[in-house]
Amino acid sequence: MARSGLFSLFALLVLILLSPPSLAVEPDEMLDDPALEARARDLSQTLRCVVCQNQSIDDSNAPLAHDLRVLLRERLKAGDTDEAAIDFIVARYGNFVLLKPPMQVNTLPLWFGPAAIFLIALIGFGLLIRRRASAPVQPDALTQAERDELQSILEKGRAS
Amino acid sequence: MVGEIGLFALIVAFTLALTQSIIPLVGAHYGDSRFMRCGSAVALGQLGFIALAFAALTSSFVNSDFSIRNVAENSNSAMPLIYKIAATWGNHEGSMVLWVLILAVFGAAVAIFGTNLPESLKARALSVQGMIGAGFLAFILFTSNPFIRLDPAPVDGQDLNPLLQDIGLAIHPPFLYLGYVGFSMAFSFSVAALIEGRVDAAWARWVRPWVLAAWCFLTIGITLGSFWAYYELGWGGWWFWDPVENASFMPWLAGTALLHSALVVERRQTLVNWTILLGILTFSLSLIGTFLVRSGILTSVHSFALDPSRGIFVLGLLAVTSGGALALYAYRAPSLKQGTPFAAVSRESSLVLNNVLLISAAATVFLGTFYPLVIEAMSDDKISVGPPFYNLTFVPMMIPLLVVIAVGPMLKWKRDTLRSAVRKLTYAGAIAGVGVLAILIATFGAHVLAALALGLALWIVAGSLAILAHRTRLGQVPFRKSLDLARATPRAVYGLIFAHAGLGIAVAGITAMTAWQNEVLEALPVGGKLDLSGYEVTLKSVTTPNGPNFEAERATFEVTDNGDYVTTLFTERRFYPVRRTQTTEAGIYTNVLANIYLAIGKKNDAGEWTVRAYYHPLAPWIWFGPIIMALGGFISLSDRRFRVGAPRRAAAAPALVPAE
Repeated sequence: MARSGLFSLFALLVLILLSPPSLAVEPDEMLDDPALEARARDLSQTLRCVVCQNQSIDDSNAPLAHDLRVLLRERLKAGDTDEAAIDFIVARYGNFVLLKPPMQVNTLPLWFGPAAIFLIALIGFGLLIRRRASAPVQPDALTQAERDELQSILEKGRAS
Repeated sequence: MVGEIGLFALIVAFTLALTQSIIPLVGAHYGDSRFMRCGSAVALGQLGFIALAFAALTSSFVNSDFSIRNVAENSNSAMPLIYKIAATWGNHEGSMVLWVLILAVFGAAVAIFGTNLPESLKARALSVQGMIGAGFLAFILFTSNPFIRLDPAPVDGQDLNPLLQDIGLAIHPPFLYLGYVGFSMAFSFSVAALIEGRVDAAWARWVRPWVLAAWCFLTIGITLGSFWAYYELGWGGWWFWDPVENASFMPWLAGTALLHSALVVERRQTLVNWTILLGILTFSLSLIGTFLVRSGILTSVHSFALDPSRGIFVLGLLAVTSGGALALYAYRAPSLKQGTPFAAVSRESSLVLNNVLLISAAATVFLGTFYPLVIEAMSDDKISVGPPFYNLTFVPMMIPLLVVIAVGPMLKWKRDTLRSAVRKLTYAGAIAGVGVLAILIATFGAHVLAALALGLALWIVAGSLAILAHRTRLGQVPFRKSLDLARATPRAVYGLIFAHAGLGIAVAGITAMTAWQNEVLEALPVGGKLDLSGYEVTLKSVTTPNGPNFEAERATFEVTDNGDYVTTLFTERRFYPVRRTQTTEAGIYTNVLANIYLAIGKKNDAGEWTVRAYYHPLAPWIWFGPIIMALGGFISLSDRRFRVGAPRRAAAAPALVPAE
C-alpha cells in the first residue's frame, strides 16, 4: 500500500512537472447542457484536488484535477444524482477528496468543537460579568509608592 | 569569505543571546543594576551581529555566490536584482535569519526606547526576548545553516521558485514576520510581569503600542498574501483556508483580541490575568504558525515523521516557550491583583465579548487546521477541511461580532445602558435598513443573505462614523463648533473609526464578490470577442516575448463598453525553464467599484486560446478594507497618549527593516 502510494505520488509529480499545466476548468471539458454544467461546477468546488494543497478541482490546474472534473461530468451525464456522483468519487479517492469533511464518529469533535468552544467561552463570559458586577465597588487603590512611580513615569514621558 | 563572516556573526549573536537571557534576569533577581543594564548593551550587540549575518547572506545572493548551497538552490544569475534580494528570505534558512533579525530589532527597541520602564521589568523582558532569540539562533545553527558551502560550486543556480518571483510576495514575508515576531513583545512583557508579580497601567501602556504595531504589520502582510493569490494564481481566488494562511490568521485573531483587552488593562486596570494569558497565547500561535510552515508537517504527517529534525526542534522550542510561560502563568497569575468592577453593560464587558468571539474564532481555525493531522496520525483515515467547513463554523461566529462591533465603542466605561448606546446608532441602523431594502428591491429579492451581509457592512461603516458624529455633537451644535471638537478628538479615536470602518468595507467586498461575481470561460481565436457583464472583451494579439529568466505567452486584450474604449489589458503565461514551472500573470482593470480580471490558458488544436474572464464586483474592497484597518492602527499609534510609554519613532523603526 505504502509503496504503491509513493509510486503513484511520484508518477503524479512527474506528470505535473512534465506536462504543461492547463488552467482549471477548460472550455472543452464543459458540458453542453448549462444546467448540468452548473451542477458540475458547484460540486467540483467541494472536491479536493488530492495532489494539491487545499485546492478544489474547480480551481486546480493539475492533471489529476482535470481527470476528476471529466469523471464527475461523465457521472452527471450518465444521470447520477449529486450524492451518487460524489459517492462514486469518494469510493475511489476516500474521504480525503471531500473539502467538507463527512459527519462521522471521528469527525464529531471537529464539527461540534467550534460550537462547544463558543458555548464554554460564553458561559465563562457570563460568570465573569456576574462576578465583576457584584465585586466590591472600591478595591484597594494604588499605594503611595505606586502612585509616585506612575507620576514619575508620566512626567518622564511628557519630557521626552 | 563573506559566508564565513556571516556564520561567525550568527555564532557570536547566539552567545550574546545566551548572555542576554541570563545576566539581566540574575541582575533583576538580586537587584543589581549593573547586571540589569548589561541587557540593553547585549541586545544591541545581538542586533548588530544578526544584521551582519543577514547582510552577508543578502550579499551572497546579490553577487550570485553559488558556492553557498542555499544560494545555488534558490537563485539564478539571470534573475532580476530585486528577486535576488528577495530570494534571501524566499527559502527556509534565509527566512529564519530574517525571523531572528526582526526579533533582535524588537529587542533592541526595548533597549533604546525603554528608558522610562521600571529597571527590573525592562531587564526581565529583555532576558525573555534573549531566550527566544537563543532558541531560534540554535535552530538556525544546528538544523538550518544558511551558509553551508558546496564543492565544486555549480555554474549556475536552480532559480527561486517562480511563484515567489513577484513583488507582492517579495515584500510579503518581512511584513508577516514583523507581525508574528512583534507579538514576542507581548510575550516577553507578559512573562516579565509574571516574574515581577505585578501588572499596572504603565505596563499596559508600554505593551499596547507594540502589540498594535505588530498587528498593523501582520494585517498588511496577510493582505499582501491574499492579493498575491488573487492576481498570481489566475482564477480570482483570494482566500483558501489553507493551513499556511491559517497559520498567519490565528495569531491575527488572537492579536486582535489582545489589542482590545490590553485597552481595558490600560484604561481600567482590569482583565489583567486574561491579557497576560492572551499575550502568551498570541505569540504561541505565531510559533505554531512557524512550526506549521517550517516543519513540512503539512505535506503529510508521515513525511514529517521521516525527517523530523527541524520539526522536532521547533516543536521543542514551542513546548519550552509556551509550556514554560503557561506553567509560570498557572503559578503566578492567582497572585496578580484583581481588577476594578464593571457592570454587565459597559465598555469593559463589550470588550470581553469581543474577546470571547475572536478567541472562539481562533480556536475554530485551530481545530480545522490541526484536526486532519490528528486524524491522519491516529488512524488510516485521511480527511480534508476546506472552505465549506469554515463557512459553516467560522462565518456564523463572525456575524455576532459584526453586529456588536458598532455598539461597543458607544458604551461608556464602567456602567451604561444598552438603550443609550443604541440611541446613538439610530442613523446607522436606519442607513443599514434602507440599504438592505434597496438591495432586495434591486435584485428582486433574489439575494436575501447577500443583502443582509451588505446591510451589516453598512451598519459597521455608518456605526463607526457615528462615533465621530457623536463626539463632535454634529447637528446639535453649530457646525464650526463641531469642527473644533473634531480637531480636539484624539487620534486614537480616529484610529478606532478607521479600523472598524475598514472591516465593514472588507465585509462589503467579500459579500459582493461571493454573491455576484461573473465568470466567462471561452476558447477565443485572435480577434475573437466575448461578452462579460456588459463589457466586450477582444483578444487583440498573442506574442511570445522573453523575460530575463522566463519565456512568456503574452495576450493583449481590449475592453470596450458599448463601443467606448475602456482599457487595454495584458496577461501572461510564463514558463520558467530552470524550474520547469508555469505561472500566470492576470490582467486586472479596476474602477474601484469592480475588477475586470483576464487570464489566458493554453492554445487548443484549432488555434484558439482558453480565455478566463471575470467580473468581480467590489473586489478591490477586500484589500482596501484591511489596508484601512492597518492605517487606523498607525493613526492610533501616532496618538500623543502613546508617547508616554513609547516615543512615536518606535513605531516607525521596525518599518525600516525590509530595506536592509
